[in-house]
Amino acid sequence: MHRRDFLRLLAFAGAAGASLRPGLSAAQAAAELYDLPKFGNLSLLHMADSHAQLIPTYYREPNINIGVGAAEGAPPHLVGEALLKHFGIKPGGILAHAYTYLDFAAAAQRYGKVGGYAHLAALVKRLRASRPHALLLDSGDTWQGSATALWSQGADMIGAQKRLGVDLMTAHWEFTYGAARVKQAVDKELAPIEFLAQNVKTLDFEDPVFKPYTLRSVNGVPLAVIGQAFPYTPIANPRYMIAEWSFGIQERRLQKLVDEVRAKGAQVVVLLSHNGMDIDLKLAGRVRGIDAILGGHTHDGMPAPTAVPNGAGRTLVTNAGANGKFLAVLDLEVKGGRVADYRYRLLPVFSRLLPADAEMAAYIESVRKPHRAKLEEKLAVTESLLYRRGNFNGSFDQLILDAMLAVKGAQIGFSPGFRWGTTLLPGDAITFEHVMDQTAITYPTSTLSELTGEQIKTILEDVCDNLFNPDPYRQQGGDMVRVGGMTYSCSPNAAMGKRINDMRLNGKPLEASRTYKVAGWAPVGEGAQGEPIWEVVSRYLRDKKSIAPIQPSVPRLIGVEGNPGLA
Amino acid sequence: MDEARRVVLRSAGATGVLAAALAAGLLKPERALAASWNKAAFDSKSAVDALKNIGAANPQETGEIVIEAPQIAENGAVVPIEVTSKLPGTTSLAVLIEKNPFPLASQFRFMDGALPFVKVNVKMGESSIVRVVAEAGGKYYTATKEVKVTIGGCGG
Repeated sequence: MHRRDFLRLLAFAGAAGASLRPGLSAAQAAAELYDLPKFGNLSLLHMADSHAQLIPTYYREPNINIGVGAAEGAPPHLVGEALLKHFGIKPGGILAHAYTYLDFAAAAQRYGKVGGYAHLAALVKRLRASRPHALLLDSGDTWQGSATALWSQGADMIGAQKRLGVDLMTAHWEFTYGAARVKQAVDKELAPIEFLAQNVKTLDFEDPVFKPYTLRSVNGVPLAVIGQAFPYTPIANPRYMIAEWSFGIQERRLQKLVDEVRAKGAQVVVLLSHNGMDIDLKLAGRVRGIDAILGGHTHDGMPAPTAVPNGAGRTLVTNAGANGKFLAVLDLEVKGGRVADYRYRLLPVFSRLLPADAEMAAYIESVRKPHRAKLEEKLAVTESLLYRRGNFNGSFDQLILDAMLAVKGAQIGFSPGFRWGTTLLPGDAITFEHVMDQTAITYPTSTLSELTGEQIKTILEDVCDNLFNPDPYRQQGGDMVRVGGMTYSCSPNAAMGKRINDMRLNGKPLEASRTYKVAGWAPVGEGAQGEPIWEVVSRYLRDKKSIAPIQPSVPRLIGVEGNPGLA
Repeated sequence: MDEARRVVLRSAGATGVLAAALAAGLLKPERALAASWNKAAFDSKSAVDALKNIGAANPQETGEIVIEAPQIAENGAVVPIEVTSKLPGTTSLAVLIEKNPFPLASQFRFMDGALPFVKVNVKMGESSIVRVVAEAGGKYYTATKEVKVTIGGCGG
């Protein structure tokens, strides 16, 4: 670590150590957390992956986020105490709670909910008071993740983004409303927000579909922001929804654009990215001339940037967490035509410390009002913590799997490894809205298929390689498919085809040629028939009324003992 | 985006570009017309045999062949692969998908002065090494790139 990086980290740790002393008023506590000293002459506010969470929620960070190959033990593949230690954050305080899963239920009760656009708006206003020129950048996954976003095809979120003062955005799940809807929204509804994506082109003539970058003068400093949409959208999500568009990382074109904006006089070049942090880290080492990559997709709330050296200098790589839980602030000091120094903070948005912005609160109320009865239907009560995030399973996913197995009469259940989805505390009611927070997608079909043992192994190996391929450019940034009914072992460091072993159903090994009844949902192929998954889960919950403590089933992990991404 | 242009060219079909290249006299009509094509090479069931049959059993590794292909294919049925040879005097380019049942996907011969640049769409059943062999000055050179084909889903 360079000495300057170390000093920056120390400054950060100092703030973290403030720890919100007991007896502090909410206003004083907020001042300690949110009143950042001004620095430099160009400020960028950044958020990612709000997944349409308009109102405050809980969001538990993972206790399994394993890095393989060069990524082992480095951000973002650090969890719990290893993460605190790496970033010099004092255990037990409000920041330790924000960045880790540690003692989650108790700490969540103590510190309250996170995010919510009204509270986020209050924080943006607070920061803009001292940084009037600051641009607000949104890495996308903003229009999807809630019932109201799904029912309005993202329109409720576009309204919220405008009121929040988002300046620029890129995208991923936005595309799952289909090409026509995205074009309509971008062309007719989104202004003045600019939608940037250098890596989306038409399949036939490779014409750019969206504006690739924007040039702005911010506080007199020429700035270029290039957009990078999620490169694997047509693979991870249904291709037929965007059949005429091609994505990919498009490194060569990106380098050309960086050179182009530099030639046009940009003194600061930023990539607003939905690559996921592992891809961003690799890209930062290969593409020259980018000062900072403000990233999302992998939902990694990283307290400090990773500085990646490359031929020309170095590139800062950040990832800003998910669900509106964090707002990042990057202050740059631009001197002599280049970035001379910086400060970065990833601020947790605690709704108790930030009074709701009245205008945004009224807007959110207007969005929710017509649907309130449906959203607030109490389906059941959970006796244990329900969460999703983690490489292999979450208790909320286990609940979805249990529901599918019971309702569909399946032997084995598969549930996609999405990283969005909020958290409920023990004793909380599970409402229909909470079920939608885990399932609100445009291809929610639940399915029941007959698969052979060999096919099951192939699927698990394929998905596992998308997570643990040692080359980040061959990862897709989702988590492992959640598996119910059967058990297996997983060796993340093994080669593809050799990671998944010891597959068992009721203790007996799966047979390669035998067929099994497998329930699933979210098929990416066209034409699947079946009830939406939220109906399946809701029926199960109404029937159960109370959900006994859930222990998510996780595969037996091999060869990752002591990995700092595993706790 | 020029929709009219798109419709006209789409109706001309996929051979349109190739036909244009042929008309311009830049490409010998071997591949398009299949008149005198290397049947043994295209019928080979392994990359090693295919290389042998195009006369390039031991090509030399080079960084002078640039292969642009997706890291992960968006659609295994149509994987775009773009090849540029920077080797002076390149006279042919062959594209092999090593894991395909018939690995040799296409071979192009260039007249003097033609730019050794091709773009092909290939079908890939599974993740594979894409190998390109260039002939220049009577010698064979090769470069590779891996393309992953996945069943998809479960992202983000």
